[in-house]
Amino acid sequence: MLKRLITSREALLVGAIVLLLALISSRFPGFITPANLANVFNDTSPLILLAIGQMIVILTKCIDLSVAANLALTGMVVSMVNVAAPGLPIIVILVIAIGLGTLLGMINGVLVWKLAIPPIVVTLGTMTIFRGIIFVISDGKWVNSHEMSPAFKAFPRTELLGLPVLGWIAILAVIVFTIVMTRTTLGRAFYAAGGNPHAATYAGINVGKTQFWAFTISGALAGLTGYLWVSRFAVSYVDIAGGFELDVVAACVIGGVSIMGGIGTVAGALLGALFLGIIKNALPVVDISPFWQLAISGGAIIVAVALNAQANREKGRIILKRAEQAS
Amino acid sequence: MLKKSDSAIPSEGSTVQTAILALDGITKTFPGVKALSEVSLHLIPGKVTALIGENGAGKSTVVKILTGIYQPDGGAILVDGQPTTFPAPQAAADNGVTAIHQETVLFDELSVAENIFLGHAPRGAFGLIDRKTMNQKAGEILDGVGAKIEPDHKLKDLGIANKHLVAIARALSIDARVVIMDEPTAALSHKEIEELYELVESLKAQGKAILFISHKFDEIFRIADNYTVFRDGQLIGDGAIADVTEADLVKMMVGRDVSQIFPQRTPNPGDDILKVAGYSHPTEFEDIGFTLRTGEILGFYGLVGAGRSEFMQALFGMTRPSAGTVEIDGASVQIKSPADAVDHGIVYVPEDRGKQGAILDLPIFQNVTLPSLGRLSKNGFLKLAEEFKLAREYTERLDLRAASLDTHVGNLSGGNQQKVVIAKWLATQPKVIILDEPTKGVDIGSKAAVHEFMAELAAQGLAVIMVSSEIPEILGMSDRVIVMREGRMVAELSDKDLQPETLVRHAAGI
Repeated sequence: MLKRLITSREALLVGAIVLLLALISSRFPGFITPANLANVFNDTSPLILLAIGQMIVILTKCIDLSVAANLALTGMVVSMVNVAAPGLPIIVILVIAIGLGTLLGMINGVLVWKLAIPPIVVTLGTMTIFRGIIFVISDGKWVNSHEMSPAFKAFPRTELLGLPVLGWIAILAVIVFTIVMTRTTLGRAFYAAGGNPHAATYAGINVGKTQFWAFTISGALAGLTGYLWVSRFAVSYVDIAGGFELDVVAACVIGGVSIMGGIGTVAGALLGALFLGIIKNALPVVDISPFWQLAISGGAIIVAVALNAQANREKGRIILKRAEQAS
Repeated sequence: MLKKSDSAIPSEGSTVQTAILALDGITKTFPGVKALSEVSLHLIPGKVTALIGENGAGKSTVVKILTGIYQPDGGAILVDGQPTTFPAPQAAADNGVTAIHQETVLFDELSVAENIFLGHAPRGAFGLIDRKTMNQKAGEILDGVGAKIEPDHKLKDLGIANKHLVAIARALSIDARVVIMDEPTAALSHKEIEELYELVESLKAQGKAILFISHKFDEIFRIADNYTVFRDGQLIGDGAIADVTEADLVKMMVGRDVSQIFPQRTPNPGDDILKVAGYSHPTEFEDIGFTLRTGEILGFYGLVGAGRSEFMQALFGMTRPSAGTVEIDGASVQIKSPADAVDHGIVYVPEDRGKQGAILDLPIFQNVTLPSLGRLSKNGFLKLAEEFKLAREYTERLDLRAASLDTHVGNLSGGNQQKVVIAKWLATQPKVIILDEPTKGVDIGSKAAVHEFMAELAAQGLAVIMVSSEIPEILGMSDRVIVMREGRMVAELSDKDLQPETLVRHAAGI
């Protein structure tokens, strides 16, 4: 099982991350202390959570551009709920965040499934609508740190065994969705629907419904991340996580998720997100301008896609050799 | 080989001199596979040469060498008897070689004239495209091929036959001397095929050399002058079509006598398994009803567009009927989705197997178990051990050779991929299997294998429904035949009523 999970693509990425860490530590040894690595992981957790959801969506030949807007809207709603009712327990806040995110994801899913609108159009539209709604409900005002209750802000920062709850939630999500993707019929349906929609249909899989569930999961994770984000940064406003959906897609692509659908793993999404997270955290430390970060992550995307294309080309050659062995 | 072709092709002098385009001793090797081994081919002006061979015989490799996409490893390409090379597709085009593909490679959103002149449009002032001249020239070429098409219409507004004419006009616009037609009739109706024949005749009259690739013997004998047969990348024979019979060509193609194409069966129908009554759809079919027994092969015959596939798709739950009932094993069932159909033991292997086939990025075992996951899971969680067991059982039954069931299907050979698809459907343990055009586009050798497999399924007690437009196949395989015309059942034939003439009469409504 484990062997099947860690295909060469993931192994390659692990190698790249180790190399990256080695390079950074040669200039700044402090970067690879356990405490700092835990810090980097915690900082990357929102990206990991969203990348898992996005990976599932991309797997089904779709894309979800509305994740960051979903995150921002859910974050604003729970912030305003917290301001209105500071005594509400955190578990209720979590239920609201996941529930609202799920609902927003379902809206995307229904539009893709029932109206057969191309996913890029649907989520481009809902992205703008979600941001618009934030403005409407907040009047464009910020919810600031001093307005939020201490419990609301403390939850993601509480440390357990040296890692804040935020990081633990990311680890939990990785475990849960690894099981979902490899051990459930729904997980199998995601791969089948994206790998060959026609074959999936004839095998009794409802491709549209499968895509609906992918958007629903993506939405739920975005909603959860929405609360974690606003409480961690202790601020909520219209533009939080602006453009973050592109980081999320980038993490997936770097993690070996095929933009054509049907190929991708939770481990890949995790590693892609970590790769970007390490770059983001390391550049200021080793005294490189953060502006380089954009260029470097852009370069990483192109290298990743080129490597994937190369892998596919090699696959073509293998077919001929085996064809000869078989005959 | 050369000596043989000299004697076989009736010509004034040596064929090498009269051929506009010839291949001489061409060899092409891919890593691990010898695709072509010292093959020769002669294309004579004013003649249609049919290139015949099973799938994998090397036909498409030859086309790619002739059009400059592949470079041969050995041998010579002769243009007007002079050795030359086609280092790139443009070089082949410059020498007047053009190919019209099975699926027309044209641009829907461009106008007819733009399609014809794409890449070599007439230029006017400042190097801009001279639309007026282009439309006028396009009109002349279209008139020349007898097409009544306006040059300024968008391509997407044309029917498939007219699109083919545009493709041919495009070929003519670059002064083609050699026209390669790769299964040009595959998507055409009867009438359109007749029009295509006329066009081929007119191209012949203009002195073009035509290479015609087809699986259909009737059209080969109708329009070809010469033939060239390939088998396993080797030239097996060539000569004038008038000197051979269909049986000779089949023998050359498959390397053996195909006297008994259809397997001998002793039909032994058992109990009623599927009962359909009054099945109707608002626009596609009406009042379809029949009873199917275990161990029986029921043929569905009709012209293309008679509503057979549409009915099968409704029966499989892909579309909803407006009326009608289905009984399986005597119990009335509602089939609302393909998943329902699979649950009730009905599986459908559609016509377009290229698209419906296997999921290449998934391992073998996941492909095989895909339609059976409902049975192999509990509360949505997969029982992996049972999944593996089922996959192993059915792949072993079909003698599938692979390193491991974890191997991705994309890494298997075509034949093994097909076995995965078959194993997938058998693993659902179906009661009824619907095969839609099971041998369409399949070469003769593989056809026999498919037919034997069908006979085996029926012998094991499966009820088989076969939709086919090929009369020999319908007659050779079916125990009973239902003929459909314009969405209705017009006849149910069995035993001595099963005659080609009867089928055609009912299907055409004569």
